[in-house]
Amino acid sequence: MRVMVFVPGDKNSEAGVMPSEELISKMTKFNQDLVTAGVMLDAQGLRPTSKAKRVRFSGSQRTVTDGPFAESKEIVAGYWIWQVKSIEEAVEWLKRAPFDGGIEVTIRPIFEPEDFGKQLSPELRAKGQKMRAEIERQRKS
Amino acid sequence: MSSGATHEAIEAVWRIESARLVGALMRLVRDVGLAEDLAQESFIAALECWPTTGIPVNPGAWLMTTAKNRAFDHLRHQKMQQRKHAEIGNDASDLSPAPSDLELAADDDVGDDLLRLIFIACHPVLPKDGRAALTLRLLGGLTTEEIARAFLVPEPTIAQRIVRAKRTLAEARVPFEMPCGPDLPTRLSSVLEVIYLVFNEGYAATKGDHWTRPELCQEALRLGRILTELVADEAEVHGLLALMELHASRLPARIGASGEPILLLDQDRSRWDRMLLHRGLAALMRAEALKQPLGPYTLQASIAACHARAGVPEETDWGRIVALYDALVELTGSPIVELNRAVAVSMAFGPAAGLELVDALIDEPALKSYHLLPSVRGDFLMKLGRHVEAGLEFERAASLAQNSRERDLLLARVGESRTRQTTRHVADVRE
Repeated sequence: MRVMVFVPGDKNSEAGVMPSEELISKMTKFNQDLVTAGVMLDAQGLRPTSKAKRVRFSGSQRTVTDGPFAESKEIVAGYWIWQVKSIEEAVEWLKRAPFDGGIEVTIRPIFEPEDFGKQLSPELRAKGQKMRAEIERQRKS
Repeated sequence: MSSGATHEAIEAVWRIESARLVGALMRLVRDVGLAEDLAQESFIAALECWPTTGIPVNPGAWLMTTAKNRAFDHLRHQKMQQRKHAEIGNDASDLSPAPSDLELAADDDVGDDLLRLIFIACHPVLPKDGRAALTLRLLGGLTTEEIARAFLVPEPTIAQRIVRAKRTLAEARVPFEMPCGPDLPTRLSSVLEVIYLVFNEGYAATKGDHWTRPELCQEALRLGRILTELVADEAEVHGLLALMELHASRLPARIGASGEPILLLDQDRSRWDRMLLHRGLAALMRAEALKQPLGPYTLQASIAACHARAGVPEETDWGRIVALYDALVELTGSPIVELNRAVAVSMAFGPAAGLELVDALIDEPALKSYHLLPSVRGDFLMKLGRHVEAGLEFERAASLAQNSRERDLLLARVGESRTRQTTRHVADVRE
Protein backbone atom coordinates (compact mmCIF):
# COMPACT_ATOMS: atom_id res chain seq x y z
CA MET A 1 0.00 0.00 0.00
CA ARG A 2 0.98 3.59 -0.47
CA VAL A 3 0.65 6.25 2.18
CA MET A 4 1.07 10.00 2.21
CA VAL A 5 2.67 11.45 5.30
CA PHE A 6 1.83 15.09 5.98
CA VAL A 7 4.34 17.18 7.87
CA PRO A 8 2.65 20.23 9.39
CA GLY A 9 4.16 23.66 9.25
CA ASP A 10 4.94 25.92 12.22
CA LYS A 11 5.95 29.52 12.87
CA ASN A 12 9.46 28.88 11.64
CA SER A 13 8.50 27.15 8.43
CA GLU A 14 5.94 29.88 7.80
CA ALA A 15 8.59 32.56 8.37
CA GLY A 16 10.86 30.78 5.91
CA VAL A 17 13.42 30.05 8.64
CA MET A 18 15.54 27.06 7.61
CA PRO A 19 15.87 24.27 10.20
CA SER A 20 19.14 23.94 12.11
CA GLU A 21 22.04 22.16 10.49
CA GLU A 22 21.72 19.40 13.07
CA LEU A 23 18.06 18.79 12.21
CA ILE A 24 18.79 18.89 8.51
CA SER A 25 21.51 16.27 8.88
CA LYS A 26 19.23 14.05 11.02
CA MET A 27 16.46 14.42 8.48
CA THR A 28 18.83 13.61 5.61
CA LYS A 29 19.85 10.43 7.42
CA PHE A 30 16.21 9.50 8.00
CA ASN A 31 15.36 10.10 4.35
CA GLN A 32 18.36 8.06 3.25
CA ASP A 33 17.24 5.16 5.46
CA LEU A 34 13.82 5.28 3.80
CA VAL A 35 15.38 5.26 0.35
CA THR A 36 17.79 2.43 1.18
CA ALA A 37 14.87 0.39 2.52
CA GLY A 38 12.99 0.82 -0.76
CA VAL A 39 10.17 2.62 1.05
CA MET A 40 10.46 6.18 -0.24
CA LEU A 41 8.63 7.00 -3.45
CA ASP A 42 8.53 10.75 -3.23
CA ALA A 43 9.27 13.61 -0.85
CA GLN A 44 8.63 17.32 -1.25
CA GLY A 45 8.83 20.40 0.91
CA LEU A 46 6.36 23.24 0.43
CA ARG A 47 7.10 26.95 0.44
CA PRO A 48 5.51 29.08 3.19
CA THR A 49 1.86 30.04 2.70
CA SER A 50 2.97 33.62 2.02
CA LYS A 51 3.59 32.30 -1.50
CA ALA A 52 0.25 30.49 -1.61
CA LYS A 53 -3.17 31.38 -2.98
CA ARG A 54 -6.60 30.10 -2.11
CA VAL A 55 -9.67 29.85 -4.28
CA ARG A 56 -13.05 29.87 -2.58
CA PHE A 57 -16.05 28.30 -4.36
CA SER A 58 -19.57 29.47 -3.82
CA GLY A 59 -22.14 28.86 -6.54
CA SER A 60 -20.66 30.29 -9.71
CA GLN A 61 -18.45 32.67 -7.76
CA ARG A 62 -14.69 32.14 -7.34
CA THR A 63 -12.90 34.27 -4.78
CA VAL A 64 -9.13 34.27 -4.76
CA THR A 65 -7.24 35.05 -1.52
CA ASP A 66 -3.49 35.59 -1.25
CA GLY A 67 -1.42 33.97 1.53
CA PRO A 68 -0.15 33.92 4.21
CA PHE A 69 -2.86 31.96 5.98
CA ALA A 70 -3.04 32.30 9.72
CA GLU A 71 -4.39 28.93 10.93
CA SER A 72 -0.94 27.32 10.93
CA LYS A 73 -2.25 24.14 12.54
CA GLU A 74 -3.75 23.08 9.25
CA ILE A 75 -0.81 24.13 7.16
CA VAL A 76 1.21 21.45 5.44
CA ALA A 77 4.93 22.12 5.11
CA GLY A 78 5.85 18.97 3.26
CA TYR A 79 4.94 15.42 2.46
CA TRP A 80 6.34 11.97 1.82
CA ILE A 81 4.87 9.17 -0.23
CA TRP A 82 5.91 5.74 1.02
CA GLN A 83 5.38 2.23 -0.23
CA VAL A 84 4.76 -0.01 2.78
CA LYS A 85 3.22 -3.36 3.54
CA SER A 86 0.84 -2.04 6.17
CA ILE A 87 -0.02 1.23 7.89
CA GLU A 88 1.74 -0.20 10.96
CA GLU A 89 4.95 -0.31 8.95
CA ALA A 90 4.44 3.36 8.10
CA VAL A 91 3.90 4.13 11.79
CA GLU A 92 7.10 2.33 12.75
CA TRP A 93 9.04 4.27 10.13
CA LEU A 94 7.52 7.57 11.15
CA LYS A 95 8.42 6.97 14.80
CA ARG A 96 12.06 7.12 13.72
CA ALA A 97 11.72 10.60 12.21
CA PRO A 98 13.65 13.33 14.04
CA PHE A 99 10.63 15.46 14.98
CA ASP A 100 10.05 17.04 18.39
CA GLY A 101 8.10 19.71 20.25
CA GLY A 102 4.62 18.21 20.22
CA ILE A 103 4.35 18.27 16.45
CA GLU A 104 1.71 15.87 15.08
CA VAL A 105 2.36 14.12 11.78
CA THR A 106 -0.47 12.37 9.93
CA ILE A 107 -0.29 9.21 7.82
CA ARG A 108 -3.04 8.80 5.24
CA PRO A 109 -3.39 5.68 3.05
CA ILE A 110 -3.68 6.53 -0.63
CA PHE A 111 -6.59 5.06 -2.58
CA GLU A 112 -5.60 1.99 -4.58
CA PRO A 113 -7.05 1.47 -8.05
CA GLU A 114 -9.25 -1.39 -6.82
CA ASP A 115 -10.89 1.06 -4.37
CA PHE A 116 -12.89 2.62 -7.20
CA GLY A 117 -12.45 1.72 -10.84
CA LYS A 118 -15.79 0.08 -11.31
CA GLN A 119 -17.67 3.27 -10.50
CA LEU A 120 -16.15 5.10 -13.44
CA SER A 121 -18.39 5.06 -16.52
CA PRO A 122 -16.84 4.15 -19.88
CA GLU A 123 -17.52 7.71 -21.12
CA LEU A 124 -15.65 9.23 -18.18
CA ARG A 125 -12.80 6.79 -18.72
CA ALA A 126 -12.56 7.68 -22.38
CA LYS A 127 -12.43 11.36 -21.47
CA GLY A 128 -9.74 10.69 -18.90
CA GLN A 129 -7.72 8.79 -21.47
CA LYS A 130 -7.97 11.62 -23.99
CA MET A 131 -6.85 14.09 -21.34
CA ARG A 132 -3.80 11.98 -20.40
CA ALA A 133 -2.85 11.70 -24.06
CA GLU A 134 -2.95 15.48 -24.34
CA ILE A 135 -0.85 15.90 -21.18
CA GLU A 136 1.76 13.48 -22.56
CA ARG A 137 1.82 15.34 -25.87
CA GLN A 138 2.43 18.65 -24.11
CA ARG A 139 5.08 17.12 -21.91
CA LYS A 140 6.96 15.86 -24.94
CA SER A 141 6.83 19.08 -26.92
CA MET B 1 -4.84 3.77 24.99
CA SER B 2 -2.81 0.72 26.05
CA SER B 3 0.96 0.88 26.24
CA GLY B 4 1.33 -2.62 24.84
CA ALA B 5 2.22 -3.27 21.23
CA THR B 6 -0.09 -5.03 18.80
CA HIS B 7 1.01 -8.04 16.81
CA GLU B 8 0.77 -5.94 13.62
CA ALA B 9 3.11 -3.32 15.04
CA ILE B 10 5.67 -5.92 16.07
CA GLU B 11 5.47 -7.51 12.63
CA ALA B 12 6.03 -4.07 11.12
CA VAL B 13 9.20 -3.63 13.16
CA TRP B 14 10.30 -7.07 12.02
CA ARG B 15 9.71 -6.10 8.42
CA ILE B 16 11.94 -3.05 8.86
CA GLU B 17 14.67 -4.69 10.94
CA SER B 18 14.93 -8.36 9.92
CA ALA B 19 17.31 -8.06 6.97
CA ARG B 20 19.88 -5.93 8.75
CA LEU B 21 19.54 -8.15 11.81
CA VAL B 22 20.29 -11.28 9.82
CA GLY B 23 23.08 -9.44 8.02
CA ALA B 24 24.79 -8.41 11.26
CA LEU B 25 24.37 -11.90 12.70
CA MET B 26 25.89 -13.41 9.58
CA ARG B 27 29.09 -11.55 10.33
CA LEU B 28 29.13 -13.19 13.74
CA VAL B 29 28.15 -16.75 12.96
CA ARG B 30 28.84 -17.08 9.21
CA ASP B 31 25.93 -19.44 8.68
CA VAL B 32 22.66 -18.34 7.08
CA GLY B 33 20.59 -20.98 8.85
CA LEU B 34 21.97 -20.15 12.26
CA ALA B 35 21.84 -16.39 11.69
CA GLU B 36 18.20 -16.61 10.70
CA ASP B 37 17.34 -18.86 13.64
CA LEU B 38 18.93 -16.38 16.03
CA ALA B 39 17.07 -13.47 14.41
CA GLN B 40 13.82 -15.43 14.64
CA GLU B 41 14.46 -16.13 18.31
CA SER B 42 14.83 -12.43 19.02
CA PHE B 43 11.60 -11.79 17.11
CA ILE B 44 9.81 -14.38 19.23
CA ALA B 45 11.26 -12.77 22.35
CA ALA B 46 9.81 -9.45 21.14
CA LEU B 47 6.43 -11.08 20.54
CA GLU B 48 6.49 -12.29 24.14
CA CYS B 49 7.75 -9.08 25.69
CA TRP B 50 6.44 -6.08 23.73
CA PRO B 51 2.70 -6.70 24.09
CA THR B 52 3.12 -5.74 27.76
CA THR B 53 6.15 -3.40 27.74
CA GLY B 54 5.30 -1.66 24.49
CA ILE B 55 7.74 -1.26 21.60
CA PRO B 56 11.10 0.05 22.86
CA VAL B 57 12.29 3.48 21.73
CA ASN B 58 14.93 1.81 19.58
CA PRO B 59 13.40 -1.54 18.61
CA GLY B 60 16.21 -2.36 16.17
CA ALA B 61 18.82 -2.12 18.93
CA TRP B 62 16.65 -4.24 21.25
CA LEU B 63 16.36 -7.01 18.67
CA MET B 64 20.05 -6.77 17.82
CA THR B 65 21.14 -7.03 21.46
CA THR B 66 18.83 -9.95 22.13
CA ALA B 67 19.97 -11.80 19.04
CA LYS B 68 23.66 -11.07 19.63
CA ASN B 69 23.49 -12.33 23.21
CA ARG B 70 22.09 -15.56 21.90
CA ALA B 71 24.79 -15.66 19.25
CA PHE B 72 27.50 -15.23 21.89
CA ASP B 73 25.92 -17.97 24.00
CA HIS B 74 25.98 -20.18 20.97
CA LEU B 75 29.58 -19.36 20.11
CA ARG B 76 30.71 -19.84 23.70
CA HIS B 77 29.02 -23.20 23.76
CA GLN B 78 30.60 -24.13 20.46
CA LYS B 79 34.02 -23.05 21.71
CA MET B 80 33.68 -25.15 24.83
CA GLN B 81 32.81 -28.15 22.71
CA GLN B 82 35.79 -27.49 20.50
CA ARG B 83 38.06 -27.15 23.51
CA LYS B 84 36.87 -30.49 24.79
CA HIS B 85 37.59 -32.04 21.44
CA ALA B 86 40.95 -30.29 21.33
CA GLU B 87 41.89 -31.61 24.75
CA ILE B 88 41.07 -35.10 23.64
CA GLY B 89 42.70 -34.80 20.23
CA ASN B 90 45.32 -32.27 21.33
CA ASP B 91 44.45 -29.99 18.44
CA ALA B 92 43.61 -26.36 19.18
CA SER B 93 44.01 -24.99 15.68
CA ASP B 94 40.32 -24.90 14.79
CA LEU B 95 39.03 -22.64 17.56
CA SER B 96 36.55 -19.96 16.59
CA PRO B 97 37.57 -16.43 17.46
CA ALA B 98 36.38 -15.19 20.84
CA PRO B 99 33.10 -13.23 20.88
CA SER B 100 34.92 -10.10 22.02
CA ASP B 101 36.88 -9.98 18.74
CA LEU B 102 33.72 -10.52 16.78
CA GLU B 103 31.90 -7.82 18.61
CA LEU B 104 34.40 -5.30 17.31
CA ALA B 105 33.48 -6.25 13.79
CA ALA B 106 29.77 -5.94 14.44
CA ASP B 107 29.02 -2.35 13.53
CA ASP B 108 30.11 -2.03 9.96
CA ASP B 109 28.08 -0.42 7.23
CA VAL B 110 24.48 -1.70 7.15
CA GLY B 111 24.34 -1.31 3.37
CA ASP B 112 27.25 -3.73 2.94
CA ASP B 113 25.50 -6.30 5.13
CA LEU B 114 22.32 -6.05 3.08
CA LEU B 115 24.17 -6.39 -0.17
CA ARG B 116 26.17 -9.40 1.01
CA LEU B 117 22.91 -10.92 2.17
CA ILE B 118 21.31 -10.38 -1.24
CA PHE B 119 24.33 -11.92 -2.94
CA ILE B 120 24.34 -14.97 -0.70
CA ALA B 121 20.56 -15.53 -1.00
CA CYS B 122 20.85 -15.36 -4.80
CA HIS B 123 23.99 -17.50 -5.00
CA PRO B 124 24.20 -19.50 -8.27
CA VAL B 125 24.95 -22.66 -6.25
CA LEU B 126 21.22 -22.65 -5.32
CA PRO B 127 18.35 -23.69 -7.58
CA LYS B 128 16.25 -20.78 -8.88
CA ASP B 129 13.18 -21.43 -6.74
CA GLY B 130 15.41 -21.76 -3.68
CA ARG B 131 17.03 -18.40 -4.43
CA ALA B 132 13.67 -16.68 -4.77
CA ALA B 133 12.28 -18.16 -1.55
CA LEU B 134 15.41 -17.41 0.45
CA THR B 135 15.60 -13.85 -0.88
CA LEU B 136 12.00 -13.11 0.08
CA ARG B 137 12.62 -14.66 3.47
CA LEU B 138 15.91 -12.92 4.27
CA LEU B 139 15.47 -9.58 2.53
CA GLY B 140 11.70 -9.15 2.60
CA GLY B 141 11.17 -10.59 6.07
CA LEU B 142 8.32 -12.70 4.66
CA THR B 143 7.15 -15.75 6.56
CA THR B 144 7.17 -19.18 4.96
CA GLU B 145 3.40 -19.01 4.85
CA GLU B 146 3.42 -15.66 3.04
CA ILE B 147 5.91 -16.92 0.46
CA ALA B 148 3.88 -20.10 -0.06
CA ARG B 149 0.72 -18.08 -0.57
CA ALA B 150 2.47 -15.77 -3.00
CA PHE B 151 3.81 -18.61 -5.14
CA LEU B 152 0.67 -20.77 -4.76
CA VAL B 153 2.63 -23.75 -3.51
CA PRO B 154 2.07 -25.68 -0.27
CA GLU B 155 3.82 -24.26 2.79
CA PRO B 156 5.93 -27.38 3.44
CA THR B 157 7.33 -27.08 -0.10
CA ILE B 158 8.59 -23.57 0.59
CA ALA B 159 9.87 -24.57 4.04
CA GLN B 160 11.81 -27.37 2.41
CA ARG B 161 13.21 -25.11 -0.31
CA ILE B 162 14.48 -22.73 2.34
CA VAL B 163 15.97 -25.47 4.52
CA ARG B 164 17.68 -27.03 1.52
CA ALA B 165 19.01 -23.70 0.34
CA LYS B 166 20.50 -22.96 3.74
CA ARG B 167 22.06 -26.43 3.89
CA THR B 168 23.52 -26.06 0.40
CA LEU B 169 25.08 -22.72 1.32
CA ALA B 170 26.59 -24.24 4.47
CA GLU B 171 27.89 -27.32 2.68
CA ALA B 172 29.37 -25.30 -0.14
CA ARG B 173 30.94 -23.00 2.48
CA VAL B 174 29.76 -19.95 0.58
CA PRO B 175 31.49 -16.99 2.22
CA PHE B 176 29.53 -13.97 3.42
CA GLU B 177 31.35 -11.41 1.34
CA MET B 178 31.08 -9.13 -1.64
CA PRO B 179 31.86 -10.90 -4.88
CA CYS B 180 34.61 -9.18 -6.83
CA GLY B 181 36.57 -9.39 -10.05
CA PRO B 182 35.29 -11.72 -12.75
CA ASP B 183 32.76 -13.17 -10.28
CA LEU B 184 30.83 -9.94 -9.91
CA PRO B 185 28.95 -9.84 -13.26
CA THR B 186 27.72 -13.44 -12.90
CA ARG B 187 26.71 -12.95 -9.28
CA LEU B 188 24.96 -9.67 -10.02
CA SER B 189 23.07 -11.13 -12.96
CA SER B 190 21.86 -13.93 -10.69
CA VAL B 191 20.51 -11.31 -8.25
CA LEU B 192 18.73 -9.44 -11.05
CA GLU B 193 17.33 -12.70 -12.38
CA VAL B 194 15.84 -13.61 -9.00
CA ILE B 195 14.25 -10.20 -8.52
CA TYR B 196 12.79 -10.27 -12.02
CA LEU B 197 11.51 -13.81 -11.48
CA VAL B 198 9.64 -12.68 -8.37
CA PHE B 199 8.28 -9.66 -10.22
CA ASN B 200 7.09 -11.69 -13.19
CA GLU B 201 5.36 -14.28 -11.07
CA GLY B 202 3.36 -11.37 -9.66
CA TYR B 203 2.88 -9.59 -12.96
CA ALA B 204 1.68 -12.50 -15.08
CA ALA B 205 0.97 -15.33 -12.71
CA THR B 206 1.84 -18.60 -14.43
CA LYS B 207 -0.66 -20.49 -12.31
CA GLY B 208 -3.92 -20.01 -10.46
CA ASP B 209 -7.12 -18.05 -10.78
CA HIS B 210 -5.72 -14.56 -10.62
CA TRP B 211 -4.00 -12.92 -13.53
CA THR B 212 -1.72 -10.83 -11.33
CA ARG B 213 -0.47 -10.99 -7.76
CA PRO B 214 0.55 -7.42 -7.00
CA GLU B 215 2.09 -8.22 -3.61
CA LEU B 216 4.88 -10.13 -5.35
CA CYS B 217 5.42 -7.18 -7.70
CA GLN B 218 5.68 -4.89 -4.67
CA GLU B 219 8.29 -7.11 -3.03
CA ALA B 220 10.34 -7.25 -6.22
CA LEU B 221 10.08 -3.48 -6.68
CA ARG B 222 11.23 -2.94 -3.13
CA LEU B 223 14.26 -5.20 -3.70
CA GLY B 224 14.98 -3.44 -6.99
CA ARG B 225 14.82 -0.03 -5.32
CA ILE B 226 17.14 -1.19 -2.54
CA LEU B 227 19.58 -2.56 -5.08
CA THR B 228 19.76 0.70 -7.05
CA GLU B 229 20.91 2.34 -3.83
CA LEU B 230 23.49 -0.32 -3.04
CA VAL B 231 24.88 -0.89 -6.54
CA ALA B 232 24.30 2.53 -8.07
CA ASP B 233 27.01 2.30 -10.72
CA GLU B 234 25.63 -0.68 -12.64
CA ALA B 235 23.34 0.32 -15.52
CA GLU B 236 21.43 -2.97 -15.56
CA VAL B 237 20.40 -2.53 -11.93
CA HIS B 238 18.65 0.71 -12.91
CA GLY B 239 17.46 -0.94 -16.12
CA LEU B 240 15.73 -3.71 -14.19
CA LEU B 241 14.12 -1.23 -11.81
CA ALA B 242 12.95 0.87 -14.78
CA LEU B 243 11.45 -2.20 -16.40
CA MET B 244 9.62 -3.20 -13.23
CA GLU B 245 8.35 0.30 -12.43
CA LEU B 246 7.08 0.75 -16.00
CA HIS B 247 5.37 -2.62 -16.08
CA ALA B 248 3.92 -2.11 -12.60
CA SER B 249 2.50 1.25 -13.73
CA ARG B 250 0.17 -0.74 -16.01
CA LEU B 251 -1.07 -3.06 -13.27
CA PRO B 252 -4.25 -1.07 -12.52
CA ALA B 253 -5.25 -1.26 -16.19
CA ARG B 254 -4.30 -4.88 -16.71
CA ILE B 255 -7.37 -6.38 -15.10
CA GLY B 256 -10.98 -5.87 -16.11
CA ALA B 257 -13.97 -5.47 -13.80
CA SER B 258 -14.44 -9.22 -13.44
CA GLY B 259 -10.76 -10.09 -13.10
CA GLU B 260 -10.09 -10.82 -16.76
CA PRO B 261 -6.74 -9.85 -18.28
CA ILE B 262 -6.63 -6.81 -20.55
CA LEU B 263 -3.85 -6.72 -23.12
CA LEU B 264 -1.56 -3.75 -23.51
CA LEU B 265 -3.16 -2.17 -26.57
CA ASP B 266 -6.68 -2.51 -25.13
CA GLN B 267 -5.79 -0.98 -21.78
CA ASP B 268 -7.35 2.21 -20.50
CA ARG B 269 -4.16 4.25 -20.30
CA SER B 270 -5.75 6.79 -17.99
CA ARG B 271 -5.52 4.09 -15.34
CA TRP B 272 -1.76 3.69 -15.66
CA ASP B 273 -0.07 4.76 -12.47
CA ARG B 274 1.60 8.08 -13.28
CA MET B 275 3.97 8.00 -10.32
CA LEU B 276 5.36 4.58 -11.16
CA LEU B 277 5.50 5.48 -14.85
CA HIS B 278 7.61 8.57 -14.20
CA ARG B 279 9.79 6.74 -11.70
CA GLY B 280 10.36 4.11 -14.39
CA LEU B 281 11.35 6.69 -17.00
CA ALA B 282 13.67 8.33 -14.46
CA ALA B 283 15.34 5.00 -13.64
CA LEU B 284 15.79 4.37 -17.37
CA MET B 285 17.49 7.75 -17.74
CA ARG B 286 19.87 6.84 -14.90
CA ALA B 287 20.67 3.54 -16.62
CA GLU B 288 21.39 5.30 -19.92
CA ALA B 289 23.42 8.03 -18.25
CA LEU B 290 25.95 5.43 -17.03
CA LYS B 291 27.01 5.00 -20.68
CA GLN B 292 27.51 1.25 -20.42
CA PRO B 293 26.58 -1.12 -23.25
CA LEU B 294 22.80 -1.59 -23.16
CA GLY B 295 21.96 -4.84 -21.37
CA PRO B 296 18.80 -6.92 -21.69
CA TYR B 297 16.93 -5.22 -18.83
CA THR B 298 17.69 -1.72 -20.05
CA LEU B 299 16.64 -2.68 -23.57
CA GLN B 300 13.37 -4.15 -22.31
CA ALA B 301 12.81 -1.05 -20.19
CA SER B 302 13.39 1.10 -23.30
CA ILE B 303 10.69 -0.89 -25.07
CA ALA B 304 8.33 -0.46 -22.13
CA ALA B 305 9.14 3.26 -22.17
CA CYS B 306 8.01 3.50 -25.82
CA HIS B 307 4.58 2.31 -24.67
CA ALA B 308 4.63 4.51 -21.59
CA ARG B 309 5.31 7.60 -23.69
CA ALA B 310 2.41 6.91 -26.05
CA GLY B 311 -0.74 8.58 -24.74
CA VAL B 312 -2.87 6.45 -27.04
CA PRO B 313 -1.86 3.15 -28.74
CA GLU B 314 -1.80 4.82 -32.18
CA GLU B 315 1.09 7.02 -31.04
CA THR B 316 3.35 4.05 -30.31
CA ASP B 317 6.72 4.26 -32.03
CA TRP B 318 6.72 0.69 -33.38
CA GLY B 319 9.73 1.33 -35.58
CA ARG B 320 11.84 2.11 -32.54
CA ILE B 321 10.43 -0.90 -30.70
CA VAL B 322 11.42 -3.19 -33.58
CA ALA B 323 14.95 -1.76 -33.50
CA LEU B 324 15.17 -2.36 -29.74
CA TYR B 325 13.96 -5.93 -30.20
CA ASP B 326 16.59 -6.43 -32.90
CA ALA B 327 19.25 -5.52 -30.35
CA LEU B 328 17.61 -7.72 -27.72
CA VAL B 329 17.45 -10.74 -30.05
CA GLU B 330 21.11 -10.25 -30.87
CA LEU B 331 21.98 -10.10 -27.18
CA THR B 332 19.86 -12.93 -25.83
CA GLY B 333 19.12 -15.17 -28.80
CA SER B 334 15.94 -16.05 -26.94
CA PRO B 335 13.06 -17.47 -29.02
CA ILE B 336 10.59 -15.75 -26.67
CA VAL B 337 12.19 -12.42 -27.51
CA GLU B 338 11.96 -13.33 -31.20
CA LEU B 339 8.26 -13.97 -30.72
CA ASN B 340 7.84 -10.55 -29.14
CA ARG B 341 9.82 -9.03 -31.96
CA ALA B 342 7.40 -10.62 -34.43
CA VAL B 343 4.54 -8.84 -32.68
CA ALA B 344 6.35 -5.52 -32.92
CA VAL B 345 7.13 -6.16 -36.60
CA SER B 346 3.46 -6.88 -37.28
CA MET B 347 2.52 -3.58 -35.67
CA ALA B 348 5.13 -1.69 -37.66
CA PHE B 349 4.87 -3.48 -41.00
CA GLY B 350 1.61 -5.42 -40.93
CA PRO B 351 0.44 -8.91 -39.84
CA ALA B 352 1.84 -10.70 -42.92
CA ALA B 353 5.39 -9.65 -41.98
CA GLY B 354 4.78 -10.79 -38.42
CA LEU B 355 3.34 -14.12 -39.53
CA GLU B 356 6.41 -14.86 -41.61
CA LEU B 357 8.62 -14.46 -38.52
CA VAL B 358 6.33 -16.53 -36.30
CA ASP B 359 6.17 -19.33 -38.86
CA ALA B 360 9.95 -19.57 -38.66
CA LEU B 361 9.59 -20.20 -34.91
CA ILE B 362 7.08 -23.05 -35.10
CA ASP B 363 9.70 -25.80 -34.82
CA GLU B 364 11.58 -24.05 -32.03
CA PRO B 365 11.83 -26.65 -29.20
CA ALA B 366 11.86 -23.98 -26.47
CA LEU B 367 8.45 -22.73 -27.60
CA LYS B 368 6.89 -26.17 -28.05
CA SER B 369 4.43 -25.82 -25.19
CA TYR B 370 4.48 -22.02 -24.91
CA HIS B 371 0.88 -20.85 -25.23
CA LEU B 372 1.77 -17.40 -26.55
CA LEU B 373 3.19 -18.80 -29.80
CA PRO B 374 -0.18 -20.11 -31.09
CA SER B 375 -1.87 -17.12 -29.47
CA VAL B 376 0.27 -14.64 -31.42
CA ARG B 377 0.00 -16.68 -34.60
CA GLY B 378 -3.78 -16.80 -34.17
CA ASP B 379 -3.87 -13.05 -33.78
CA PHE B 380 -1.95 -12.48 -37.04
CA LEU B 381 -4.16 -14.97 -38.91
CA MET B 382 -7.24 -13.24 -37.57
CA LYS B 383 -6.02 -9.87 -38.82
CA LEU B 384 -5.32 -11.44 -42.18
CA GLY B 385 -8.92 -12.70 -42.33
CA ARG B 386 -7.91 -16.36 -42.02
CA HIS B 387 -10.46 -17.00 -39.26
CA VAL B 388 -10.64 -20.81 -39.41
CA GLU B 389 -6.88 -21.22 -38.94
CA ALA B 390 -6.93 -18.50 -36.29
CA GLY B 391 -9.60 -20.37 -34.31
CA LEU B 392 -7.48 -23.53 -34.32
CA GLU B 393 -4.46 -21.60 -33.05
CA PHE B 394 -6.45 -19.98 -30.21
CA GLU B 395 -7.78 -23.41 -29.23
CA ARG B 396 -4.25 -24.75 -29.09
CA ALA B 397 -3.13 -21.74 -27.06
CA ALA B 398 -6.00 -22.16 -24.60
CA SER B 399 -5.10 -25.81 -24.06
CA LEU B 400 -1.52 -24.81 -23.24
CA ALA B 401 -2.28 -21.84 -20.93
CA GLN B 402 -1.90 -22.62 -17.23
CA ASN B 403 -3.50 -19.49 -15.85
CA SER B 404 -7.27 -19.86 -15.86
CA ARG B 405 -7.90 -16.15 -16.58
CA GLU B 406 -5.63 -16.28 -19.56
CA ARG B 407 -7.29 -19.47 -20.78
CA ASP B 408 -10.69 -17.73 -20.62
CA LEU B 409 -9.33 -14.87 -22.70
CA LEU B 410 -8.04 -17.28 -25.33
CA LEU B 411 -11.32 -19.23 -25.39
CA ALA B 412 -13.12 -15.94 -25.94
CA ARG B 413 -10.94 -15.40 -28.98
CA VAL B 414 -11.84 -18.88 -30.23
CA GLY B 415 -15.48 -17.79 -30.00
CA GLU B 416 -14.67 -14.52 -31.75
CA SER B 417 -12.99 -16.34 -34.64
CA ARG B 418 -16.06 -18.58 -35.02
CA THR B 419 -18.40 -15.57 -35.15
CA ARG B 420 -16.23 -14.00 -37.80
CA GLN B 421 -16.29 -17.24 -39.78
CA THR B 422 -20.09 -17.20 -39.76
CA THR B 423 -20.34 -13.52 -40.64
CA ARG B 424 -17.94 -14.07 -43.43
CA HIS B 425 -19.96 -17.02 -44.62
CA VAL B 426 -23.18 -14.98 -44.62
CA ALA B 427 -21.40 -12.22 -46.50
CA ASP B 428 -20.13 -14.71 -49.06
CA VAL B 429 -23.62 -16.05 -49.62
CA ARG B 430 -24.97 -12.53 -50.14
CA GLU B 431 -22.39 -11.81 -52.75
